[in-house]
Amino acid sequence: MDPMEAIKATFFQECDELLGDLEEGLLTLETGGGDSETVNAVFRAVHSVKGGAGAFGLEPLVRFAHVFETTMDMVRSGALAPELHVIQVLLRAADHLADHVAAAKAGGTPVGGEDAIVAELEALTAGAGSAPAAAPAPIPTFEATPLPSVPDEPDFGFSPMMISLDPDPQPEPEPDTGADWLVRFTPKDVMYRNANDALPLMRELARLGPLSVECNIRTVPLLDALDPLGAYLTWTVTLTAPDVARERIVDVFEFVDGDCVFSVEQVEAEPAPAPMILPEPEILAPVASKPVAPATPQVAAPTPPASAETPPANEARGAEAAAPATIRVDLDRVDRLIDLVGELVINQAMLAQRVMESGVARSSNIALGLDDLEQLTREIQDSVMAIRAQPVKSVFQRMPRLAREVAAMTGKRVRLVTEGEGTEVDKTVIERLAEPLTHMLRNAIDHGLESPEERRAAGKPEEGVIKLAAMHRSGRIVIEISDDGRGINRERVRDIAVKRGLIEADAALSDEEIDNLIFAPGFSTAATISDVSGRGVGMDVVKRSIQALGGRITIVSRPGLGSTFTMSLPLTLAVLDGMVVTVGEQTLVVPITAIIESLQPKPGDIQALGPDGFVLSVRGAYVPLIDVAQAMSWGETASTGPGVTLLVESGIGGLAALRVDAIQGQRQVVIKSLELNYQQVDGIAAATILGDGRVALILDVDAIISLRKRSTPPSPPQFAIAS
Amino acid sequence: MSVTQTASSSAAQRELVAFRMGAQEYCVDIRSVLEIRGWAPATHLPSSPSYVRGVINLRGTVLPIIDLGARLGLQVSAPSARHVIIVARIDRKTVGLLVEAVSDILTVAEDVIQPTPDIACETVRAFVKGIIAIDGEMISLITLDGLLPDEIAQEAA
Repeated sequence: MDPMEAIKATFFQECDELLGDLEEGLLTLETGGGDSETVNAVFRAVHSVKGGAGAFGLEPLVRFAHVFETTMDMVRSGALAPELHVIQVLLRAADHLADHVAAAKAGGTPVGGEDAIVAELEALTAGAGSAPAAAPAPIPTFEATPLPSVPDEPDFGFSPMMISLDPDPQPEPEPDTGADWLVRFTPKDVMYRNANDALPLMRELARLGPLSVECNIRTVPLLDALDPLGAYLTWTVTLTAPDVARERIVDVFEFVDGDCVFSVEQVEAEPAPAPMILPEPEILAPVASKPVAPATPQVAAPTPPASAETPPANEARGAEAAAPATIRVDLDRVDRLIDLVGELVINQAMLAQRVMESGVARSSNIALGLDDLEQLTREIQDSVMAIRAQPVKSVFQRMPRLAREVAAMTGKRVRLVTEGEGTEVDKTVIERLAEPLTHMLRNAIDHGLESPEERRAAGKPEEGVIKLAAMHRSGRIVIEISDDGRGINRERVRDIAVKRGLIEADAALSDEEIDNLIFAPGFSTAATISDVSGRGVGMDVVKRSIQALGGRITIVSRPGLGSTFTMSLPLTLAVLDGMVVTVGEQTLVVPITAIIESLQPKPGDIQALGPDGFVLSVRGAYVPLIDVAQAMSWGETASTGPGVTLLVESGIGGLAALRVDAIQGQRQVVIKSLELNYQQVDGIAAATILGDGRVALILDVDAIISLRKRSTPPSPPQFAIAS
Repeated sequence: MSVTQTASSSAAQRELVAFRMGAQEYCVDIRSVLEIRGWAPATHLPSSPSYVRGVINLRGTVLPIIDLGARLGLQVSAPSARHVIIVARIDRKTVGLLVEAVSDILTVAEDVIQPTPDIACETVRAFVKGIIAIDGEMISLITLDGLLPDEIAQEAA
């Protein structure tokens, strides 16, 4: 890749993170939480996006980000109170900014609707501009905090009262005229690594007033002990700007906050700091003249040795260990590692099996060593899988925006509550989770929640609550979407199902069975086709995509109180819990998620139906019986012969019984693609390698059932059978 | 058999792996061959052509096995421990070719490869891209392109 492209790709990656922070910050503010640090974080996010976009010449993005930043700056300075309507405009602006970034990433020109948002933002700015006409910013209520890392006053402008609180035109009550500012500044090496430099900071300070700069080079070690990437210098700046607020000075260091140690103190202009000031105040000259290179700060130390005290260099280094270190790794490398560990697990199992077969005693040292090896390989496998794991936050983060848009479109009021965002699951699962989740959230708002009027009439708060929760449960991840809406209207669901021919008019269905009808293909409960929820393909598509992930979805609904959809998904797609079965001479794996139960049918339970069809009686209901050997064309075994049947549920909504010769047991298997070196095979989902080193095929239950249907006369509707 | 040199001064040299199927000798370009290994029982694949013997585990990769004799319309082999699998690269796929035995590695000049005589049937003509006469024996050079079942044709059906 072109190096510039690579940098750009990194920029967009960072943009995604920044936009996430931005939205998260705004949402915190919306709910009334957050503090000045939250406001600052939001501002910084917008500012960083703007800065990066500028570097790549993404003009439209920069223009919009600038307008946004201007408004955010007013919020930050307290000129604009973060009231609810303000935050909502800012949230829309954040959405628009995300669109801009997406458009820039795709290389296209951005999205419409900009004028409206810009107008809204400008209205806010203008409105705020007129208010503080009586109360010029900065607001005078803050006090200089002694901690340099907390630059802003803690109770920053969160009450709308703040704007007109004190029209005292004196901006900074604290500093007495005649006092100088003493700024002590010690960069850490991380600051240079982040491509920041002391020089621009000094320039920035110089704009606030005349200053004298002094550099302490005493801490620079001798050449042989010198780390070329280290940071050794401390600058002491005396700024003669008595009417400049402390805030302004701290702001200069905003972008290196955390990457350096700095302090801002007020000192008497009189002789007290005299030793700190150079005889002739060379404004900026020493700093400006040095050839500052981020990687080699110590080379640039031509400033005269000064008598300032040794800076706390050790302290600076100690403070670095705060943030957890991360690295970006190519996904292919991780996948390769996962593949190799999969091999290791298989090999270990094969080795163990062979050693046992060779008649080694269980208590022998070899057997014990193998046990340790097994333990170790399992641990390695778990750790490697954990590399691919990501918190579901990345999907959940997209949902608030969706909720806002759908709510606006349907005229409903929605509050989205998320829980368990830190729950980790495989990256692929996360990626493939976004679409069904989007669908379900839309459905929950569009169909689940009532309009504000209806809610009021039902004695509920006008604002509907949708809860999105993720949790780990018995080795799987469970995701719940619940609403406090009207619940499923079973009468209507039933009527529609009858109308669509999904069930017989007189079918006796339990509440649960009726609820599950919404997952049937081609079912839609919306009275009209709305833009929001699509064309009634919704829930069956959701169910199928969840099942394709090896997951299951269930619904619990209480009329008038709301519905809860629960999805249970595997933590990874690289391994699968399977039932190992024998069919003829072959070993097959049936995914556990598809199996409801296993049965040992009595000869009388199996009935012939038609020329070559069979059904199995399961507690009074008849389900189609499929002989796996026949379906795989591996043998002519009669379906009535001895064997075991697995009652399976297909993604298409029906039950079926699969006849196999024997069940070997349950096992976790590593999924291997057949398409990689061959092609897709009907009825087979993938392959795996068993402990004996042989390849076993993983059955595609849905495909087996639909293959079967194609060759037999149309079967009666599934739900009629279920009754 | 030993490594045979059919020297021909100027023309480009090609290295070929020769193997036996039935009573006939065939060869493929050595550049498409990754390794040669012994026969291992394969797992049968459902709804596959008869020349697909199934899949085996090659150090963690699922490797499809093509019975080359059956593919060329000779007889379906009854694989024994003496059969070998030529692991070859076809397009971007790794495939095992079941043959009776690998007999030789040949270095021949491009110009000793004669065109396939006109009498052969269509299947043979599709894969046999030339014949080489060495020491009075005839060896057919085959191409591996199109050896796998045609996925596109199957999907269209």
